[in-house]
Amino acid sequence: MKQLLKNRELLLTGIIILMIAGFSTRAAGFAAPNNLVNIFNDTSILIILALAQMTVILTKSIDLSVAANLAFTGMAVAMTNAAYPDLPLAVLILMAVSIGAFLGSINGFLVWILQIPPIVVTLGTLTIYRGMAFVLSGGGWVNAHQMTPTFLNVPRTLLLGLPVLSWVAISVVLMMWFVLSRTPFGRSAYASGGNPTAAVYAGIDIGRARFFAFVLSGAMAGLCGYLWVSRYAVAYVDIANGFELDSVAACVIGGISIAGGIGSVAGAVLGALFLGVIKNALPVIGISPFAQMAISGVVIVLAVVFNARAERKKGRIILRNRGASEVKA
Amino acid sequence: MTDVSHTTTQRRAIPDQLGTSLSRVLTSWEVLLLGVAVAIFIANSFASPYFLNAWNLSDATFNFTEKAMIAFAMAMLIIAGEIDLSVAAIIALASTAMGAAAAAGVDTPGLVAIGTGTGLACGAFNGLLVSALRLPSIVVTIGTMSLFRGISYIVLGDKAYGGYPDSFAYFGQGYLFWVFSFEFGLFLLFAALFAILLHATNFGRRVFVIGNNEFAARFSGIPVERVKFILFLLTGLMSGIAAVCLTSRLGSTRPSIAQGWELEIVTMVVLGGVSILGGAGTIAGVVIAAFVMGLVTFGLGLLNVPGIVMSIFVGLLLIVTIALPILARRIREASRS
Repeated sequence: MKQLLKNRELLLTGIIILMIAGFSTRAAGFAAPNNLVNIFNDTSILIILALAQMTVILTKSIDLSVAANLAFTGMAVAMTNAAYPDLPLAVLILMAVSIGAFLGSINGFLVWILQIPPIVVTLGTLTIYRGMAFVLSGGGWVNAHQMTPTFLNVPRTLLLGLPVLSWVAISVVLMMWFVLSRTPFGRSAYASGGNPTAAVYAGIDIGRARFFAFVLSGAMAGLCGYLWVSRYAVAYVDIANGFELDSVAACVIGGISIAGGIGSVAGAVLGALFLGVIKNALPVIGISPFAQMAISGVVIVLAVVFNARAERKKGRIILRNRGASEVKA
Repeated sequence: MTDVSHTTTQRRAIPDQLGTSLSRVLTSWEVLLLGVAVAIFIANSFASPYFLNAWNLSDATFNFTEKAMIAFAMAMLIIAGEIDLSVAAIIALASTAMGAAAAAGVDTPGLVAIGTGTGLACGAFNGLLVSALRLPSIVVTIGTMSLFRGISYIVLGDKAYGGYPDSFAYFGQGYLFWVFSFEFGLFLLFAALFAILLHATNFGRRVFVIGNNEFAARFSGIPVERVKFILFLLTGLMSGIAAVCLTSRLGSTRPSIAQGWELEIVTMVVLGGVSILGGAGTIAGVVIAAFVMGLVTFGLGLLNVPGIVMSIFVGLLLIVTIALPILARRIREASRS
């Protein structure tokens, strides 16, 4: 039982199931398969962004520019679609992923070559990318009637009972599981976050691992740019404002250590689903949607407390004062 | 393979011989930044005929005084190796508390006490989580940032508080004499107080030691946790004071008040030459950085550049000012070898 409790993924799954069960006593039909599919579909974009954020966090970095990247790419794709309705969707998606990857590579380049701390780099590019979205659009909106039906409908199309958007999320989850656990890049990402010094002695180029983590994160953010614009059928400068913090929150809840090197794909997905279930439950059980922000704040703080207890290594800090060791005990 | 030595020792590299004190002053970050500030000032006065006007310049100071007050405390926190991303959310919560109190008929002194008190309480909450539970401050304050602003949203929703007493307007709109606003005076006062606290007291030395080597600080008998707690308390207090000024200046409170300020404040601190890795920085640098950012946004505003485009310049300023010295050092090293 103790072993089970220590397994973060199982614990989180249990909590999510309990939450769904609890909410369905207040609102019949909350646990209906149809509603669960809706919740998953609604959380798809957050799942992809959480995985993007996780890849970067694993290497002991942070990417605060994901939401700004999403906004810029979404705007670029929507404007291209409005201007050239004949372009096939595949080209637009490829464009979204490439623009995203390019923006990510700028972050990665600054972190790798110039060795500027990631938080400073992405704090800067966060404002720059969103500002560029404004420059690109001149502050205007791209509305549903300007987008082609294919552009809008593909993520909504049902395939084997699930919308394509959900299938995209599922494929990204599988791909990231493969990349992080079965490729040299994935292993070097874990290594360069877990113990950078040992990683260098093992012949791993930490800077390169970080660079590719940022490129991957950017590419996924770019993909989300298209998905977001298509799902909400509108593109403007402020879309997904503050969403970078949601992606960090999903990672923290999912047990990904902010200090790098610890975390699993399943954890990030469950962390995102946790936030998704809460977000979808609030209106159902009659709590003002304005309460959502405070609730996710409480959840993040609790998750951090919980993570720290799980990760704490004994004997790392010596000369603790008495007060601190009592708190710890 | 040289990466490890690069990241761990290069940062603290101590030169064999210090340059002359004059050359050190001339190549210091603060002097460089001062040069940038003067250049921007000159460029602005050519770019717009409205720039060189005492009242316009006085208005421009409001762009940065409130942020800079928080930036002083944030600079000390970052020097000690921690960060507080919840400062703007503390402003929102403190402002909401003042709004609720004003609606209940509390007068100006009470409002100021409530505003600064809320700030202190929020700072104490962050400080406890970080120092007593030893949690990483960057995630803790991302969490409390959601929490504090979230409470404002629960209280206010899509509504706003207004109706502050007339005497409350002085903090954000009053003038000490001629064009010198109360806020600008407060900014100068806090600049001096924080400069003394950081550079001329025992406490300030401890902050530097903790930021440079927390491990060694513990061995030297420095109460690391207590110092960090006090720093979070100070940051909360300054956010509360900034909330008083901002609320008084705007005359109303919405839950989205001061949205995004945390990033601008961190930008100001880093632009001021404070190392984001901790252990180095000066208050003078932050003061000059505040002027640089204020002048840039004000100058661009006179040229009718929209706010979001200004933010591109602020972002570029942040990255370029950090990248340039690194590039310069690289080129120097390359030419030497």
